[in-house]
Amino acid sequence: MTSVTMTVNGKAASGDVPGETLLSDFLREHLRLTGTHVGCDTSQCGACVVHVDGKAVKSCTVLAASLDGAEVTTVEGLANGELHPMQVAFNENHGLQCGFCTPGMIMSGIDMINRYKAEGKELTDDAIRHELEGNICRCTGYHNIVRSIKDAAASM
Amino acid sequence: MSDLGTSGEPAGTEQRRDPPAPRQLARGGGGATAIRGGVHTDLHHDSAIKHVTGRAEYCDDIVEPVGTLHAYLGLSTRAHAKIIDLDLSAVRAAPGVVGVLTADDVPGVNDVSPTGRDDEPVFAEGKVEFWGQPVFAVVAESRDAARRAARLAEIAYEDLPHVLDPQSARDAGMPYVTPPLTLKRGEAAEAMARAKHRIKGRFNVGGQDHLYLEGHIAFAMPGEDDDVIVHSSTQHPTEAQHMVAHVLGVASNAVTVNVRRMGGGFGGKETQMNLFCAVAALAAKRWNRAVKIRPDRDDDMSATGKRHDFVVDYEVGFDDEGRIAAVTGDFAARCGFSSDLSGPVTDRALFHADNAYYYPDVLLNSHPMKTNTVSNTAFRGFGGPQGVIAAERIIEEIAYHRGLDSLEVRKRNFYGDAEDGRNVTPYHQRVEDNIAPRIVAELEQSADYRARRRAVLDWNAKGGIVRKGIALTPVKFGISFTATWYNQAGALLHIYSDGSIHLNHGGTEMGQGLNTKVAQVVAEELQVDVDHIKITRTTTEKVPNTSATAASSGSDLNGMAALDAARQIKERLTAFAAERWQTDESQVRFIANNVRIGGETVPFADLVREAYMARIHLSAAGFYKTPKIHWDRASGKGRPFYYYAYGAACSEVSVDTLTGEYRVERTDILHDVGRSLNPIIDKGQVEGAFIQGMGWLTTEELWWDDKGRLRTHAPSTYKIPLASDRPRIFNVELASWSENRERTIKRSKAVGEPPFMLGISVFEALSHAVASIADYQTCPRLDAPATPERVLMAIERLRE
Repeated sequence: MTSVTMTVNGKAASGDVPGETLLSDFLREHLRLTGTHVGCDTSQCGACVVHVDGKAVKSCTVLAASLDGAEVTTVEGLANGELHPMQVAFNENHGLQCGFCTPGMIMSGIDMINRYKAEGKELTDDAIRHELEGNICRCTGYHNIVRSIKDAAASM
Repeated sequence: MSDLGTSGEPAGTEQRRDPPAPRQLARGGGGATAIRGGVHTDLHHDSAIKHVTGRAEYCDDIVEPVGTLHAYLGLSTRAHAKIIDLDLSAVRAAPGVVGVLTADDVPGVNDVSPTGRDDEPVFAEGKVEFWGQPVFAVVAESRDAARRAARLAEIAYEDLPHVLDPQSARDAGMPYVTPPLTLKRGEAAEAMARAKHRIKGRFNVGGQDHLYLEGHIAFAMPGEDDDVIVHSSTQHPTEAQHMVAHVLGVASNAVTVNVRRMGGGFGGKETQMNLFCAVAALAAKRWNRAVKIRPDRDDDMSATGKRHDFVVDYEVGFDDEGRIAAVTGDFAARCGFSSDLSGPVTDRALFHADNAYYYPDVLLNSHPMKTNTVSNTAFRGFGGPQGVIAAERIIEEIAYHRGLDSLEVRKRNFYGDAEDGRNVTPYHQRVEDNIAPRIVAELEQSADYRARRRAVLDWNAKGGIVRKGIALTPVKFGISFTATWYNQAGALLHIYSDGSIHLNHGGTEMGQGLNTKVAQVVAEELQVDVDHIKITRTTTEKVPNTSATAASSGSDLNGMAALDAARQIKERLTAFAAERWQTDESQVRFIANNVRIGGETVPFADLVREAYMARIHLSAAGFYKTPKIHWDRASGKGRPFYYYAYGAACSEVSVDTLTGEYRVERTDILHDVGRSLNPIIDKGQVEGAFIQGMGWLTTEELWWDDKGRLRTHAPSTYKIPLASDRPRIFNVELASWSENRERTIKRSKAVGEPPFMLGISVFEALSHAVASIADYQTCPRLDAPATPERVLMAIERLRE
């Protein structure tokens, strides 16, 4: 057992967990934050993306114990009284069908917009397509997902 | 085990707030004249807000009772072998393990064959017939412990000869897993002999893994007596219920199966979830504890069925103008070790081997081959796409032979009408709703096909490394289950005394927006805002004997059943209102959250309250069965389909002829959904289906090694389309003028499967680019999927 203390969605969260506990399991099973999904178990599908210290991370690939003191944001932590602009955009553009990839898409979308803004680069359609290569969706054909991220970029 | 931080409250929960949504019940007023969320409107998916906030509950998110156990499957590591010895002592002794289950532990029947052929054991007995077949299950205190323990089995095998692909199976004289089908009209052999030109060919078309983002999962809770409740992610709760009962040896009334939503299905969860439900239920009853089973992605892909790959041998006879005189085809499918749904899947391949074209004389045979591979199953289109692409290959053959634009050949062979007699399918159903010519003509215009084809030819004439190709392909897809009895559905509707509405039906939600559409139908009928209708999980307790949510039939069937239920209650309310207000029933009208009774306007909820006080029954079970359809498989004649859905796509590609790599530059789609119940949801289906169809024919390659082990068993090796693979320009339109000529729900048409076949336009565009190498003199020998490797090989063959 390893003691883990981190900040999740702005709140202190701690637990004694086996050393091999993945962040995705810690979030889902110990904190009951089940919006972070596990799709492929092997860090390829992107359904489990969360933010760790402000950066997108595939939570099925990182050990909870390695994140002592880290600040983690999950999809549940985005809305602050009202929906985050990225959440609004995915709803308004019908950027989802089965919804399983959606939390990861939203977390990756926010991360790419933040990075491009910080670097002063324009987030073009091509850039969004390229940035989404670590997030797969089997339902939508990505058309409305790309549109959603583009829309959100304009309002973030 | 863990504390939840200083606040004692899970992080994030305080923000789980509903979005601003009307909570106030329908009391009318406000002067609104139209309801929110009626039919033919762009209503967002009912779970959209839950999806974007992470609050939508999937099976793996359900709170686990104390003491929940986890099961994991032990899979075979031989394609075909006798089991000489099954030593599970190390599995039993592993940390956290509670016990194991094998065929000996099945109290009922060790079989989950969905068609009753008794050929699909839950656990292998005596022999294994494919690499990845479940041999046992281990049950442990944690999923991790179960998963690790499953690897510790010592199984001694005696290898037997194995056959992996359909052609080898035919050569080796392997049996059919299910009786084959023949479709015959006219005398194909004689017409072929008379035809001026004849071409024979063989086409291999690959299978496809579903790669639903949420994998297989079942979660069983034991109850008193024989009872067990199974939460699962299945498209067919009723079948899962029957299978669990069959395996446990109990009556179906002891088993409840619940599905709130799936993280994608695509046919992969029609029958394939049965085994997981059975194992979870078996373990739950055995240890009297809740038991969950969720394989990892690699095991999910190894142990569960996929789209059938086919080898198609065809011959076509035609005249100088490219008009078809006769077609013969033999469709051999890799069915795997058991029948599963291979009978109806291979049947549907033949039903669609004509696509949108009239074959004057035709003979088609299916060969559902047994192979030592995982048992293949339903996948969007259900064999239809394999038939359609064979038809399109035949058209391409004719076009290259005659030196014609393939679009011209397509048009010359379209079904005609009753007048010219060119409207009879190989299964003797008449095509009465043919709009393929109009769809294709409109797309040809809007996509600017003529000018762009000219530009492609001009570009290729320069002889550069990068070649372009363009193709415009249609689809005609028959709607109805070919198992006629499946075309029935039920719904259950309650109106509570506060006016709120509870809607339940037999269909399952997998992202396609079925629940949203069915709620729209009820909202429209009762004239209340859709927000007052609570959509509830699918459960075998509320609507029994349902069909799979499959064959694109979800809203056709369940929408009608829900409409029937709504009408029953509406009739009772109408009669009550007329009596209470002393007027005629014709003077009672439901209008935008109100009911107009004579000269008075009464809020809907008020009328409901009064009806309750007057002891009016406010609950109804609705039912629907599709009319007109019938099918006699033995004679190959009937009307298996209520109607057809149509569409067309035009795709343009660029191919690097040195590497075989390519990209899709532009795709234009015009698709027919009749009068759309919900255009934004239908368009989403069309876009997603096209991309999935494109993936099937381009990057998605299933590959077994010579030992029969699937080596493409995760997204690392099995490549579904990424965002970057989308066409650079992607224009999707619904045929807004179309209206179903049959009396379907609000004159809409099914949308799930038909647009999948629009992806064929990409394949034929690739073929066109390849053909430029030999100046379009030869139809390229290009098999599907057209991976860059295959495209390069096709180019090299033309260069020889």
